[in-house]
Amino acid sequence: MEIPYTVSTRPDTGLWNAKIGIWLFLASEVMLFGGLFSAYIFLRIDALPGMWPHGLLNVPVGTMNTAILIASSVTVVLAWAALKMRRYRAYWWYMLATISCGVIFLTVKLVYEWPQKFEHFGAYIKPAALEKYEPYLGNHHLEQKGLPPRLEVTGHLHNLAALHDPKIKEYEVALDPTNADPTNPTMDRPHFFYVPPTDKIATIEKEDVERAGMFTPDHNTYFASYFTITGLHGLHVLGGVLVFIYMWLPVSKKVYQRNPEHLANRVEVCGLFWHFVDLVWIFVFPLFYLL
Amino acid sequence: MNNPPDVSPDPAEHEEYAHNVQKHVRGYLIVGALLLTFTALTVALSYVDFGTRKANIAVAMLVATFKAGLVAAIFMHLAAEKRLIYRVLLFTGIFVFALFWLTFLAWYDPIVH
Repeated sequence: MEIPYTVSTRPDTGLWNAKIGIWLFLASEVMLFGGLFSAYIFLRIDALPGMWPHGLLNVPVGTMNTAILIASSVTVVLAWAALKMRRYRAYWWYMLATISCGVIFLTVKLVYEWPQKFEHFGAYIKPAALEKYEPYLGNHHLEQKGLPPRLEVTGHLHNLAALHDPKIKEYEVALDPTNADPTNPTMDRPHFFYVPPTDKIATIEKEDVERAGMFTPDHNTYFASYFTITGLHGLHVLGGVLVFIYMWLPVSKKVYQRNPEHLANRVEVCGLFWHFVDLVWIFVFPLFYLL
Repeated sequence: MNNPPDVSPDPAEHEEYAHNVQKHVRGYLIVGALLLTFTALTVALSYVDFGTRKANIAVAMLVATFKAGLVAAIFMHLAAEKRLIYRVLLFTGIFVFALFWLTFLAWYDPIVH
């Protein structure tokens, strides 16, 4: 049995069916991401001063990934245009470029960005002990400038066993530049380039710490929303890549040979999904990396 | 920018049609370049101090909304689409507005504040 209106338009809607289908799906996706973004707004607005971290993500890498996603949006629309012009060879190359972009994006996220966070340590200092750690926090300096306080000491944890062993009473942390030199005015605002932890080691006693751990989703509301939203976004990228691979494989050439317009429509529908994923990232990038 | 028309089954007209699509391709490339430029602009502006963080967020969201508009209008062909799709999106817009309105209401809880 032939599926109706894959190429020709349905008289009452004026559209081929898949197009309405994908837009209805995207409407539901808007609500899905909308819910998460509204959670983000909620968590961020109600965060107490100093409880919403800044400058913990790698901006150049994030910018590169944004550019990759934009480039892939261009290549997928060019792939579709190539099919419309009946240039299968060009379509094949544009599709390969799109798939590569998606794979690079995911690789950067999963192999570089996320693991780096899982190895980054942070300890929130108890309010009563803030004065004791003032040399690492520089809150007098920040207060003078009218900036929110620093409540967390971050860096590379040397004695990993301290995380689980109750007998170890302190954390030994190779400090991030911000905590190593907290009154330096250049530390008041986040850096563009990622600066690795310094050689300066600080000993932070566990009894002075409210909570401490690696930058995992349970570390704070910032990382909870970061991992949830970028994780869901990453799943969308993965889904898109898998469908694009199907469209690129020889099976789809058969569709093209039977009716080129059918494949063009399929690619248009997947492209709409892909542009939506790009569109979500356009908001994710500034919200988490820059602001 | 309108979308390329549906392909003509007449081979004689096909060459002209392909030429037509080619013109759109140029548009897509320009939009891609614009999006990259505005990404660089977003990054640069985030290092400019607009006084308060709220002001910085507002500027970044403005640029992001413009970029999203470009993607939706040109790449997703919303600049010229059938009426039914606009209707679907109108409802989506209403529901999203309601969703963010709920967030706003929760934030403005008069009992707590």
